[in-house]
Amino acid sequence: MKVLVPVKRVIDYNVKVRVKADGSGVDLANVKMSMNPFDEIAVEEAIRLKEAGKADEVIAVSIGVKQSQETLRTALAMGADRAILVIAADDVHTDIEPLSVAKILAKIVEEEQPGVVLCGKQAIDNDMNATGQMLSALLGWSQGTFASEVDIDGDTAKVTREVDGGLQTLSVKMPAIITVDLRLNEPRYASLPNIMKAKKKPLDEKTAADYGVDVTPRLEIVKTVEPAERAAGIIVGSVDELVEKLKEAGAV
Amino acid sequence: MNFGMTEEQVMIVETTRAFVENELYPHEAEIERTGVLDMDVVRDIQKKAMEAGLYAANMPEEVGGAGLDTLTWLMYEKELGRANYALHWTAVARPSNILLAGTQDQKEQYLYPCMKGEKWDCLAMTEPDAGSDLRGMKATARKDGDDWILNGTKHFISHADIADFAICFMATGVEDTPRGPKKKITAFFVDKDTPGFAVRDGYGNVSHRGYTNAVLEFDDCRLPASAVLGDVDKGFDVANTWLGATRLQVAATCLGRAERALDHAVAYAAERKQFGQQIGKFQGVSFKLADMALELKAANLLTWDAGWKFDQGTVTESDMSMAKLKATEMLAFVADEAIQIHGGMGLMDELPLERIWRDARVERIWEGTSEIQRHIISREMLRALGG
Repeated sequence: MKVLVPVKRVIDYNVKVRVKADGSGVDLANVKMSMNPFDEIAVEEAIRLKEAGKADEVIAVSIGVKQSQETLRTALAMGADRAILVIAADDVHTDIEPLSVAKILAKIVEEEQPGVVLCGKQAIDNDMNATGQMLSALLGWSQGTFASEVDIDGDTAKVTREVDGGLQTLSVKMPAIITVDLRLNEPRYASLPNIMKAKKKPLDEKTAADYGVDVTPRLEIVKTVEPAERAAGIIVGSVDELVEKLKEAGAV
Repeated sequence: MNFGMTEEQVMIVETTRAFVENELYPHEAEIERTGVLDMDVVRDIQKKAMEAGLYAANMPEEVGGAGLDTLTWLMYEKELGRANYALHWTAVARPSNILLAGTQDQKEQYLYPCMKGEKWDCLAMTEPDAGSDLRGMKATARKDGDDWILNGTKHFISHADIADFAICFMATGVEDTPRGPKKKITAFFVDKDTPGFAVRDGYGNVSHRGYTNAVLEFDDCRLPASAVLGDVDKGFDVANTWLGATRLQVAATCLGRAERALDHAVAYAAERKQFGQQIGKFQGVSFKLADMALELKAANLLTWDAGWKFDQGTVTESDMSMAKLKATEMLAFVADEAIQIHGGMGLMDELPLERIWRDARVERIWEGTSEIQRHIISREMLRALGG
């Protein structure tokens, strides 16, 4: 079985983001970019499937600017076997929307015929949480979202999902799209020997046009603003004082 | 000229940095507080470091190491250098490159166990009366049949307390040189439990808490001929050929700590408000930040330059001395200014600045003092003119 893992290059979670002067989005020029953390979890899960003998090959795919190649190299250094880079934009600020991404992924799935697609549940830049679900709809495959546990056994996968108020376990028919949540696993460090090997692993370069997908955005960004600054709090000395302050504020 | 990093270098730096921040930083405060390295913690980190391929990554591929070139190795050293020295030196050990000079038997006995984290090495050269003037050393080894008998004292021997063996440089005779009689030196492997060999606690000191130094005493310590590393009387040649770019390693670890101090200073200058504005807006603070960044970059460029030349085979002693000198003096400056920007808070052990400032002091002394480095740099210029 092949496992396909889409990975997105996003602004690093440690970077303090700044809104561009014209309000059209977040400034991405000269800031540190990394693999979307949820996608890292998906890569880790795919490698574990391979290590457990349930998968033969892990293919990482990234859709975006040319520099997404770095993100793919990271996936290869973690242990993916090969990578596909789909160049769909020249400018890092161009947003490739979930439907376009899902359409390209659907074409790649047709070509590669993976047994499962493991995606991050969402990317930390736009928080769309849509690509996996759209891909499932386009392919007509079953889906298990927000997975905190995945157990693939032949034709079915048991997917434990983190839902409001608890855990829900689904049995989904394979092939399937599974989107992964934070607690599924702890991604490994890309080890030094694997980093050195990553350079020699195949990385195919394609364009959105190769798949006949129009990636023109359908959404218009009207305005982007930084969150309002929070006023400083106070430290209270005792429970009594806390209750008093809450009363003063009319909260109790 | 290409000053960019390769994709591999970027990834190696990212992995090492992430490892240092996630696995080493959380244990620093305890070591700084107690001055003691918890060996259970070390074992735990050691295992993770091996999984990440970070342990003994200085070693070449032929012996199962990462096979990094010198420049990339220095980038890795820079990241490790951010953390408490005792912690990174033991839990993510880089066994001395001199172990590569050993015979196959010696490699089996010393090198491979060090790479697997089963043993630690240490190097013993310095003596109470032989610091910069190493060839004035007094500890001796004399021949007795096929064996050797070692006598004398070594001190300031780093992490000898946890090391399983020491590579000891001993005087094995005297030779005439154009600059008068000098000691002939031979290197020996000395196992910890060898009769006549004792490791005693060294001195409490200002830098690198948890990273101990010891006094080694040799009292008719008998070793077989197989304990000699390299050739008899050729101990310095072995060291010069095999030790590698140790001055650049010191430089690189200083770069990491300086960068950490500068990051704190910039963050504080952007966040701290006095007189109604960020203190970074006051020229007294902003100029400091600019100078710190400038010095750091200069030291970094010198270090990468020497590292790159090391790989090309074109590096000079002066190149390496310049990098070591600049990086260690830069760290002292940057650590001091980072504290000044923080004011009183900079002196508190809540932040790593007071210890980076303390730790900076030894860097200008070990691996060749600043004065020795200046001597090497100027000597190279003067010799060209017959000086």
